[in-house]
Amino acid sequence: MSRVRADEEEYWHSSKFRAFTFDDEDDELSQLKESKRAVNSLRDIVDDDDDDLERVSWSGEPVGSISWSIKETASGSTSSLDGRDSSLQKGSSSYAALPKQASSYSLSSLFKGRNKLSSFQSLSDALTDTGVKNYAPELRRSKAEYKDYSSDWSPKDTVRRMQRGKVCSLERFRSLQDKLVLLDEAVAGHDGNVITAVLIFLKRTLRREILFRELEVRQVALCHLIHFLRETGEQKFLLDLLRWGYCFFPLSLQLSQYREHLNIQDVEKRREFLKGCIGLPFSAEDTSHIQDHYTLLERQIIIEANDRHLEMAGQSELFRKYPRKASILNMPLVTTLFYSCFYHYTEAEGMFSSPTNLKKTFKIPDKQFVLTALAARAKLRAWGDVDALLTTKNWLGYTKKKAPIGFHRVVEILQRNNAPVQVLQEYVRLVEDVDTRLNLATKYKCHDVVIETYWDLKDRIQLTAYKCKVERGSAEEEKINSILKNMVRNAYS
Amino acid sequence: MAAHLSSGRVNLTALREAGRRELREFLDKCAGSKAIVWDEYLTGPFGLIAQYSLLKVSAAGSGAGGRAPALPCSADGRASTQEHEVEKMFTLKPGRLPPADVKNIIFFVRPKLELMDIITDNVLREDRGRSPQRDFHILFVPRRSLLCEQWLKEQGVLGSFIHREQYSLDLIPFDGDLLSMESESAFKECYLESDQTCLYHAAKGLMTLQALYGTIPQIFGKGDCARHVANMMIRMKREFPGSQNSIFPVFDTLLLLDRNVDLLTPLATQLTYEGLIDEIYGIQNTYVKLPPEKFAPKKQGEGGKDLPTEPKKLQLNSAEELYAEIRDKNFNAVGSVLSKKAKIISAAFEERHHAKTVGEIKQFVSQLPHMQAARSSLANHTSIAELIKDITTSEDFFDNLTVEQEFMSGIDTDKVNNYIEDCIAQKHPLIKILRLVCLQSVCNSGLKQKVLDHYKREILQTYGYEHILTLNNLEKAGLLKPQTGGRNNYPTIRKTLRLWMDDVNEQNPNDISYVYSGYAPLSVRLAQLLARPGWRSIEEVLKMLPGPHFEERQQLPTGLQKKRQHGENRVTLVFFLGGVTYAEIAALRFLSQMEDGGTEYIIATTKLINGTTWMKSLMEKLEPAPF
Repeated sequence: MSRVRADEEEYWHSSKFRAFTFDDEDDELSQLKESKRAVNSLRDIVDDDDDDLERVSWSGEPVGSISWSIKETASGSTSSLDGRDSSLQKGSSSYAALPKQASSYSLSSLFKGRNKLSSFQSLSDALTDTGVKNYAPELRRSKAEYKDYSSDWSPKDTVRRMQRGKVCSLERFRSLQDKLVLLDEAVAGHDGNVITAVLIFLKRTLRREILFRELEVRQVALCHLIHFLRETGEQKFLLDLLRWGYCFFPLSLQLSQYREHLNIQDVEKRREFLKGCIGLPFSAEDTSHIQDHYTLLERQIIIEANDRHLEMAGQSELFRKYPRKASILNMPLVTTLFYSCFYHYTEAEGMFSSPTNLKKTFKIPDKQFVLTALAARAKLRAWGDVDALLTTKNWLGYTKKKAPIGFHRVVEILQRNNAPVQVLQEYVRLVEDVDTRLNLATKYKCHDVVIETYWDLKDRIQLTAYKCKVERGSAEEEKINSILKNMVRNAYS
Repeated sequence: MAAHLSSGRVNLTALREAGRRELREFLDKCAGSKAIVWDEYLTGPFGLIAQYSLLKVSAAGSGAGGRAPALPCSADGRASTQEHEVEKMFTLKPGRLPPADVKNIIFFVRPKLELMDIITDNVLREDRGRSPQRDFHILFVPRRSLLCEQWLKEQGVLGSFIHREQYSLDLIPFDGDLLSMESESAFKECYLESDQTCLYHAAKGLMTLQALYGTIPQIFGKGDCARHVANMMIRMKREFPGSQNSIFPVFDTLLLLDRNVDLLTPLATQLTYEGLIDEIYGIQNTYVKLPPEKFAPKKQGEGGKDLPTEPKKLQLNSAEELYAEIRDKNFNAVGSVLSKKAKIISAAFEERHHAKTVGEIKQFVSQLPHMQAARSSLANHTSIAELIKDITTSEDFFDNLTVEQEFMSGIDTDKVNNYIEDCIAQKHPLIKILRLVCLQSVCNSGLKQKVLDHYKREILQTYGYEHILTLNNLEKAGLLKPQTGGRNNYPTIRKTLRLWMDDVNEQNPNDISYVYSGYAPLSVRLAQLLARPGWRSIEEVLKMLPGPHFEERQQLPTGLQKKRQHGENRVTLVFFLGGVTYAEIAALRFLSQMEDGGTEYIIATTKLINGTTWMKSLMEKLEPAPF
């Protein structure tokens, strides 16, 4: 990133603003060096016995710290683990695991034969409507069990008790009015734990439409419910809520539904889902981004199918020579453009996979396009394409080199791809700023450009000095000599 | 071990001791030998409260030997020698629990559903045929959750747990003047999800603090969350009249500050020594992991045969004399201190040549341990400083900083910035881009719609459309927004609060702006102006910042009202709701040490943050959960 250093320098010196400079560079460095030297020399004096001093083992954990002792005490026992595990049969293990005071719910769920390990899928099953009843069993135990504290707690007291971690029966809040007072009281307490508990109760005892309607005016509770549903993986209920409620959702929740696409692994389903999102009333801007997202994925699916086929068939030389590292699905737009410039550069605009088509469809700015195409073609060492990319024709038919990103960036990209000097110097020559040009030319050994530039500047001294940088007896040296001679002659004439 | 906690104006050892006592009480509830299964996240914060030796036995030195062997069975050991009888510790992971011949298995976990699933798996796979059977217990940190317990019940394992308790680790002492709740998602929960549970915990933590250090007579605050916390404190006090204590108040003032009052500061790159260590390597629970190359033990052999490959882990706190001295300095002033120290230590070692008499030699030898400690500390920090210098001298660091400082001083904040565009084109890390764009937005009271749209499009096209969710989060948090009403308040705020100082002195600072080499953190300026001359002088600016500002007084019983000695400093607790950076802490420490400052600061926060960790917490997690 060579920016115009000179300007910058001037800016910093002239302006009153101060950068984080290391003006006293040498001094600063030497100070560090000095202290390092001192430290090292001291090692000789003192017999090194760090262990006593630091009480820190090499990994840095102080001996005796918790994470250290986890490692230590666990180390003896982990090895025997795996062997034993397999000897246990599934059935017997779940039988053996029957809890001592299992409730009827958990018993039944055990016998439903759910696989305990693939937790999320199965848990969310358990939570769809039928499961919900089981979900908060504590809240629906018969009244008899609560005899000892059946005295009527007010909503306020109930919330307070729950905040202190005590068990409370919520069953006695029967009327909608009571339930809502309870919810408001919980929200006023700011304790998410309690708010969620009350919401679970409401979700179980209220009809959806009523719950949704009441949440409409209780945004905090709504956020908690959404968070809860997301956490427990209750996709269906969540989507129902989002679909039902997007019109009154605060701005902050509008994209919630769009977010759900991330949970969809299958690309076809993801595409369908995104398509469904387009119709939702997001802000105009967001809608256009989401539309683009959908279009991009649709493209990627087509390109992927086509290219995988091509690659498998093994008939395309390009794919054989440069096998694809990964699938293009779900990659960002710029990455997709790079891919298309790499594998599909010459395709006609009508093809979905052609770079120009992508550029048009997604309104990719010129700068971005040139940058990406340049990187892709340079990687393939297709210098002809690079040249064509940077050449424009005016209406008279004259050609001219133009780079919307600046030629210094062009040089940088080409250099990174090991372009030969002949190619490189053509573009170095086009860098407008003289200092940057000299800098780049010197750095990448484009001797001709250096020599020409000094010639233009009529800088004898620099030119003479440069002579030692070129090879003895080379064409460059001769060129310098002849220029110098000319300069002398001109000076005297 | 915890001497650094009592070095400050307020003795925080008492808080730590209270935490340890509660832990011991719980352990003693489960009679017999124990194994603890740890939620890995908790080991860091717990390590600041208690070491393994506390959990295990009372006998000293048992942990220092390097190995912690299985202790003799408790049958003959008896409780007198094995106070708490924790014999094994494991990390929580799915599958079968490792074998351990203990009576109790205790899970130390955060109340998270995914952790409950792992516990369930552990319990279900326990071999019931074994004898004696092992008892299970759960300790929820920081508190029990109805949701989790119901989840366990649904899984049919709740009944397996004999004790289910909570351990309210609300405020953890990090240093003599620093407390943190280490609640990673506090900012996101409060400002994006309207979940104020962490504020409830903050209020509870403050109640605990008042129980130990007396009622705080004055409460000031700025921001919505601050208002909530103050309200909850007042309510809690009313609801538990018994909490009226008779302890002489240690704190004079509590200042509650919302992070969203000052969104700017964490976005800028911190330039203090500690701040840079955190920016570059990340400090977690006072520990930092560093690349090992610079720390290779250069002993006789040299040659660099076996270079260590594991990162070097160091603890950083004020217990280390040298670190306490340099941590809060601007990085540009660290080199000279290190070289000065090196000279002093060299001189001290030279002394041995002058030691002639037996007495002198004896004295020299007695100082050796201290000198060696100082030397090894110097060696470490010299290496760290070199590592950091490699980065701060890089071109990219300079360019980035240049742009940050332009924005903060109000230059060209209203148009698309070239450097940011370049960084996007070269696919620099997204977090870096977001930090810069947000900084520009905050320093311009929002971006012009055209500029904002341009950045958004570039980011989405380059990094992926799904980041629209992250951008949306940033908008919700107020970090990235379109300018409304075409008014830019930032210049007024900057001038009134003197946020940009041209003549900053990094070596011998006279103003807090040294921590960002020119920018004075807004949050700390508010604290400074509150102490003197008071907020009344900046009413106008306070109104431009989000949320209400307020003052509350808590009545003290007559006997406890303080009569200030002449020249005695006031003590203010500044609580940052939503996170605080090391540079802000440094700035407050600088104010504490000012000779005529008159106020000493203790700092509390929901989480120690820097721009990167903060951005990360606001980004949408794009990978689906791994199960």
